[in-house]
Amino acid sequence: MEVQLIKIEKRNDVSRSIYFLTPVLAIFLTLFGGGIIFYILGFNPIEALKFFFITPISDLYGLSELLVKATPLCLIAIGLSFCFKSNNWNIGAEGQLIFGGIVGGGVALLFYDHNGFYVLPIIILSGAIGGMLFAMIPAILKTYFNTNEILVSLMLVYVAKLLLDYLVVGPWSNPEGFNFPETRQFSESARMPILFDGLRIHAGIFITLITVFLSWLILYKTYLGFQIKVSGLSLKTAKYAGFKGKTMIIIVFMISGACAGLAGVGEITGPIGQLHRNISPDYGFTAIIVAFLGRLNPVGIIFASLIVALTYLGAETAQIFLQVPKYTGQVFQGMILFFLLGSDYLLFFKIKFLSLKKNEL
Amino acid sequence: MYKLFLRSLISVLFLLGFSLNANAEFKVGFVYVGPTGDHGWTYQHHEGRNAVEALGIKTTYVESVPEGADAERVIRQLAQSGHDLIFTTSFGYMDPTNKVAKDFPNVKFEHATGYKREHSNVSTYSARFYEGRTLLGHMAGKMTKTNTIGYIASFPIPEVIRGINAMTLAAQKVNPDIKTKIVWVFTWYDPGKESEAAQALIDQGADIIMQHTDSTAPVQVAEKAGVWSFGQASDMQRFAPKSILTSIIDDWAPYYVERSIAARDGTWKQQDTWHGLKEGMVAMAPYNSAMGSDLIKEVEQLQKDLASGKAHSFTGPIYDQKGNILVAEGSVADDGMLAGMNVYVKGVEGDIPQ
Repeated sequence: MEVQLIKIEKRNDVSRSIYFLTPVLAIFLTLFGGGIIFYILGFNPIEALKFFFITPISDLYGLSELLVKATPLCLIAIGLSFCFKSNNWNIGAEGQLIFGGIVGGGVALLFYDHNGFYVLPIIILSGAIGGMLFAMIPAILKTYFNTNEILVSLMLVYVAKLLLDYLVVGPWSNPEGFNFPETRQFSESARMPILFDGLRIHAGIFITLITVFLSWLILYKTYLGFQIKVSGLSLKTAKYAGFKGKTMIIIVFMISGACAGLAGVGEITGPIGQLHRNISPDYGFTAIIVAFLGRLNPVGIIFASLIVALTYLGAETAQIFLQVPKYTGQVFQGMILFFLLGSDYLLFFKIKFLSLKKNEL
Repeated sequence: MYKLFLRSLISVLFLLGFSLNANAEFKVGFVYVGPTGDHGWTYQHHEGRNAVEALGIKTTYVESVPEGADAERVIRQLAQSGHDLIFTTSFGYMDPTNKVAKDFPNVKFEHATGYKREHSNVSTYSARFYEGRTLLGHMAGKMTKTNTIGYIASFPIPEVIRGINAMTLAAQKVNPDIKTKIVWVFTWYDPGKESEAAQALIDQGADIIMQHTDSTAPVQVAEKAGVWSFGQASDMQRFAPKSILTSIIDDWAPYYVERSIAARDGTWKQQDTWHGLKEGMVAMAPYNSAMGSDLIKEVEQLQKDLASGKAHSFTGPIYDQKGNILVAEGSVADDGMLAGMNVYVKGVEGDIPQ
C-alpha cells in the first residue's frame, strides 16, 4: 500500500535577483487577484484597476499627494527595518509616531507666539526625541527584564493614543474651539515649508530622503550595521563575536522610534497643522507591510511606500468614480502581503510529493 | 525609445485628465466619517443622499474618510472631478472644507456641525437635537423607577452638553428627584466602549440608558439587561424592540434635497442652518406602546409645542450645579447661549471633563 506524503525542504540556493523580484511578482498577482475581485463585484476589472492605480497619479496634484502619503510610510518603514533586521519586533511604531507628534505638537504650541527660522527645527528635533524615548521603553524592558517587545510596544500604542486624547480634549484644547477635541492651528513658522504653490508636498520629503541615505550608510558601511545584520542572522554568532547585544537592541529601537517620531511631527507640521485625535490613519501599522514589501532594504522601502500609498489614493478615486467600496484599498494591502509571504515561502522552501510504501514509514 | 515612451505617457495622461474634466453634468458629493452601515450618524446622511439621488441628481460618496490629512484630498478630488455641491458631514472636516473652498470658488460646500464659514461658498448646518432630548427627558422622568438616568456621552462639546441639560431639565419637570449619571467615552463610534459604558451605568442603578454616540451597542445592552433605552440618529428599534422607547432621528433628507436643487438652479446662498422639530430635521421614531397611551399623548403634545415654539427646551428658571441662575424665570435661553453651552444644569452628577 502506498502513502502520499508532502515534504517541505529548505532550499539552499536562493538567487539574489529572484529574492528582489518576488515583491514585483506579488504586486502583479495582487493586480490579477484585484481584477478578479472587481469582476465578481460587478465592475469592469480593467476600468476599475485604471481608476485604482493610474487616475490617482495622472496629474501633478495626484503625484504630490502620493508623495505626501508615502513620506511618513517610508520614514517609519526605514526605522522599522533596523529593528526587523536585527530580530527585534517593534510593532508599536504607531505609538512612537503619536508620541513624537505629542512632543513636537507641544513644542509647537509652546512657541505659538514665536516667529523665526529656529522654531521648526526645534519642533522636528523634539518630535524625533519624543519618538525615540517612547521606543526606548520596550527596548529597556526587553534588555533588562526580558519582557516581550512585541506586546510591550503594541500596548504602548494605546497609551500614546489615550494620552493624545486626554491632551486634545483637556489641557491643550483650542481655547476658542468650543471644547472640540483639537488644539489651535500652529503658527506659520511651525509649519513645514510647502514646496510648490497649490500642492501639499512639503519639506518633510527631504527629511525622509536624508534618512534613507543615512540608514543605507549605517546599515551597509558601518560596524553597527554589520552587528545588526549578524544579530539578525544568528544571535549566537553575534555573542561569539563579542557584540554587546543590549546596546545594539536599544540603539535599533532608538533609531526606529526617532523615525516614527519624525513621521508624526511631519504630519502635524505638514498637511494637518494642529494636533487632534486622528493625526495618523494607522501609518505605524501599515509601515510594517511597507518594510517587508521593501525587503528591509532602503531603496526597496522607497518603492514599497509609493505602492502602498497608491492603494490608499486608489481606494478613494475608485470610490469617487465607480463607487467601489472604500475597503478594497485594505484588501489590496492585505493581498500584497499575502502574495509576498506566499511566494517567499516557496522561494525558501520546496515542496516535495513523496509516495512511500507503508513499510518504509 | 525613452523619449517616445515619455511622449506617449504624457499624451495618455493628458487624454485621461481631459476626459475626466469634460463632464458637465450637475453632481453632488458626500464625504462620510464612518461606514454607510453604521446605523447611526453616517447611515442617516446616506439616507439623505439617497433622497437626492431619487430626484435624478447624480451623487457620489466617499465613506470612512479619516478626519486627518486625508480629508482635504478627498474633498479636493470631489471638487476637481466636477462635483458642484459637496456635503462634508463631520466636524473634523471643518478646516479642510474651508481650505478647499478657497481654491474652488464655483463649487458650493456644506459643512455639518461646524462654525467656520471663511468663504462665501461655504455654508454650515446642524440640527437642534436638544429638542428631541427634551422629549426623551420627559419620558425618562416618567418611566424611571430608580430615579437614575444613564447617559453615554461622546465629547464635552456644547452640542453634547446641551443634550444632557435639555434631557435633565425635562426629566426634573416631571420627576424632581431625577439624577443624571454620565460616562464619557470620547468616541463617536466604538461599540465595545459604548457597551461597557452602558453596562457600567446599569450597574450604578440606571434603569434608563441614553446615548450621544452612534452605534447600536448601548440599546442592545439595555435590551439584555431589561432596562429602557433610546435610539440615536436613526430608528434603532429593530436592535432592541422591547427596550427602546423611541429614537431621535436625524432627518437630513429635506435639507439635502432643498440645497441640491438650489445649487442646481443657481439660487444657492451661503447660510448657517440650525433646524429642529419644526422643520423636521429632528424627528421622532414611533413611541413604544409600553409607555402607555397617556404618556404617549403627553409626549406628542410636547412635541407639537416644541415644534410650534409654544414650549422651549431651555425655559427659566435654570440653575447650574452650584445653584447660580443661568436663565431667569420667564425667559428662554437664546441661540448664542445654546451654541456655547459649557456648564451642567442642577441635577447632573459629576464635572465636565476639561
